Amino acid sequence: MRVGLFVPCYVDAFHPEVGQATLELLERFGVEVDYPFDQTCCGQPMTNTGCHEESRATEELFVRNFSGHDYIVAPSGSCVNHVRHNFDAPEQTDDVKQVRARTYELVEFLHDILKVDAFPWAEFPHKVVLHNNCNALRGLNIASMSELREAQYSKPRDLLDKVKGLELVSIARPDECCGFGGTFSVFEEAVSARMGQDKARDQARSGAEYVTSSDSSCLMHQEGCAKRLHLPQKYIHISQILNGARI
Amino acid sequence: MSTPPKPTTPAGRTSEGASANLTHGAGASVTMPARGPEPQPRGAVIRGNHPIDQAEAAKRFMAAPEHLAMHDQRLWDLRQKRDRQKDQIEEWEDLRQLASDIKTHTLTHLDTYLEEFEKNAKANGVHVHWAKDAAEHNAIVIDILRSKNAKRLIKSKSMLTEECGFREYAGEHGIEVVETDLGERIQQLDDEAPSHVVVPAVHKLRTDVAAVFAKTIGSDPNDSDVAYLTEQQRDHTRPLIIGADAGMTGCNFAIAETGSVVVCTNEGNADLSANTTGLHIVSVGIEKIIPKCDDAAVFVRMLSRSALGSPITQYTSHFRGPRKGGEMHIVLVDNGRSDRLGMEKFWTSLKCIRCGACMNTCPVFRRSGGLSYGATYAGPIGLIIDPTFNRHKYSTLPFSSTLNGSCTNVCPVKINIHEQIADWRRVMAENHEIPAFKKTMMKAAGMLLASPKLYRASLPTADSALRYLPRFIVYNRMNTWTRGREMPSVPKETFHQWYKKNRGKNGKKS
Repeated sequence: MRVGLFVPCYVDAFHPEVGQATLELLERFGVEVDYPFDQTCCGQPMTNTGCHEESRATEELFVRNFSGHDYIVAPSGSCVNHVRHNFDAPEQTDDVKQVRARTYELVEFLHDILKVDAFPWAEFPHKVVLHNNCNALRGLNIASMSELREAQYSKPRDLLDKVKGLELVSIARPDECCGFGGTFSVFEEAVSARMGQDKARDQARSGAEYVTSSDSSCLMHQEGCAKRLHLPQKYIHISQILNGARI
Repeated sequence: MSTPPKPTTPAGRTSEGASANLTHGAGASVTMPARGPEPQPRGAVIRGNHPIDQAEAAKRFMAAPEHLAMHDQRLWDLRQKRDRQKDQIEEWEDLRQLASDIKTHTLTHLDTYLEEFEKNAKANGVHVHWAKDAAEHNAIVIDILRSKNAKRLIKSKSMLTEECGFREYAGEHGIEVVETDLGERIQQLDDEAPSHVVVPAVHKLRTDVAAVFAKTIGSDPNDSDVAYLTEQQRDHTRPLIIGADAGMTGCNFAIAETGSVVVCTNEGNADLSANTTGLHIVSVGIEKIIPKCDDAAVFVRMLSRSALGSPITQYTSHFRGPRKGGEMHIVLVDNGRSDRLGMEKFWTSLKCIRCGACMNTCPVFRRSGGLSYGATYAGPIGLIIDPTFNRHKYSTLPFSSTLNGSCTNVCPVKINIHEQIADWRRVMAENHEIPAFKKTMMKAAGMLLASPKLYRASLPTADSALRYLPRFIVYNRMNTWTRGREMPSVPKETFHQWYKKNRGKNGKKS
């Protein structure tokens, strides 16, 4: 199985450790991981702002980088949701369609494709809040949604349950958006920051030591809000916990 | 808004310390400056046809902490009640699909059902009028009122009449309009539009209501007891209702097979409006048509559960024809609906039954207040409907969303609201309705991100002084990120650099 690793721009620039953990984790399961050097971004920032035409060249570059792989895996639900559901600027050739269909978010790849049943190296004896990024939740359906009447399930929870010592704690509004919202975080900064601060306070009230998510962008935003409020909880990407991070 | 300065005593101490440091007599002479209730933040600034600055109004709303906390919590409570109702109905998701399908069917056969409705309503003795837009609607209603020499009109809440600017128009034509819905009456007395389709005064604290009533109906400005305020309002309004000449209601569902209209309220005020005088005028948006009475059963099960988290509204009234000796008029209003029906990406917004569930769940709405949108329809549904009325004025609204999708999930008729918000952004961008700097920024970002070399050069590294997000995100004059958040720390190397160093250069695909 040949997997192309997509390391989103935020992760590359601000959280290289998330890229490293994702790479190592996949390799632990015997996956042959490829990191195409010319990768940049999935095109979401432009499309998110309505500028589909402006994201065409970036999306075409993404396809050139990743065509031919059995799977493309990224530690980011929002980028993957973009590729799978909103990546419509390039002409929809077979190549483009194939890349889109084969792009997976890390948690769903571990859960649905590799069907991982243990992380023997992982131990995280802490109270943890799980934050499901909205795109991963409502776009990729990695967990059941509180708005719908459906059977309860959670792929990231299934994975975290296999980590020794880890205790998941819940917050008052688990499915509430944290306010990052891509370019929303910059263009509508006041509401965005307020939502993030409310989220961080909710997390702090739960008594959690850590917040984890499969999306670095939400975590970066929430961490920035928590720091501003001098709240104690720390933020860590799910790939790091699953890869056996010791804190 | 800045926090008020701490009150000081004549001795220059803060008042908190006054009682501890002054003698009893001296302390008693210190007057505590009254800290009045937090003033109500007002909605978006409307400047003619200028695009609404929702973010600015939202910022002012959030600067009023009591209003913000109350508004957020009150609406979140409604969302939670809605969830509990949903959990009690095993077939909830099937009901949503059924409701959505009924609307699809009806909207794609709208002409047939409208004609069937007209025929049956006429057979019931109802006068049926057709209005192509707001102006026609208003003129028709005023004509009816004049023909009856009516001076005072009592009406129940109707978003359509808001859309048509009817109250103002009627006032200009010598008609006194009295709203009979409590929340809407508060808004009328405050000369403010409703901020929410179901709970129009939800953005107001009771102290705000006390201030409005004190000014308009002469209640005690310092008494904000809910029962007192309600009673004051009742005492003031009931005589107006009893002495009215005509009544008007909106319509939740217009049933084609019976020619009847269904109005749902919790206060019984639609019944009051319809039955007190001999004249009942109903304003109906043409998308309110449903084929059969059986279909109404589906929607009635969902409406109040979605809106308020109660199983059903206190009153679900079917109006079929005029009262004995009275008259009933139905005005079927288009006002842009036919055009919307022709919009490939947006026509399903016509399925909306105005439950407001999308507003209750929207984290942006809860923190901004409905008046921050500066439009008849606020919140998620507003973002996709308002631009159909005026693309330029409401061009900014589709950006007042994080696209989180919760609105779509709570929608009882399964409108893909968040996808339509994204689609509207595209329409705005393609029609030069987004600010030039945004477009320039996105063009630059698109070029940068399509070029691995340029992109790499733009990234911050530990030894660069650039403590910003990647430049394509904050390409503008100031970094807004840090107003409410800390910046992430910049690591010593990017993943790319780490990979190159530790895994060699053979990372290339081929």
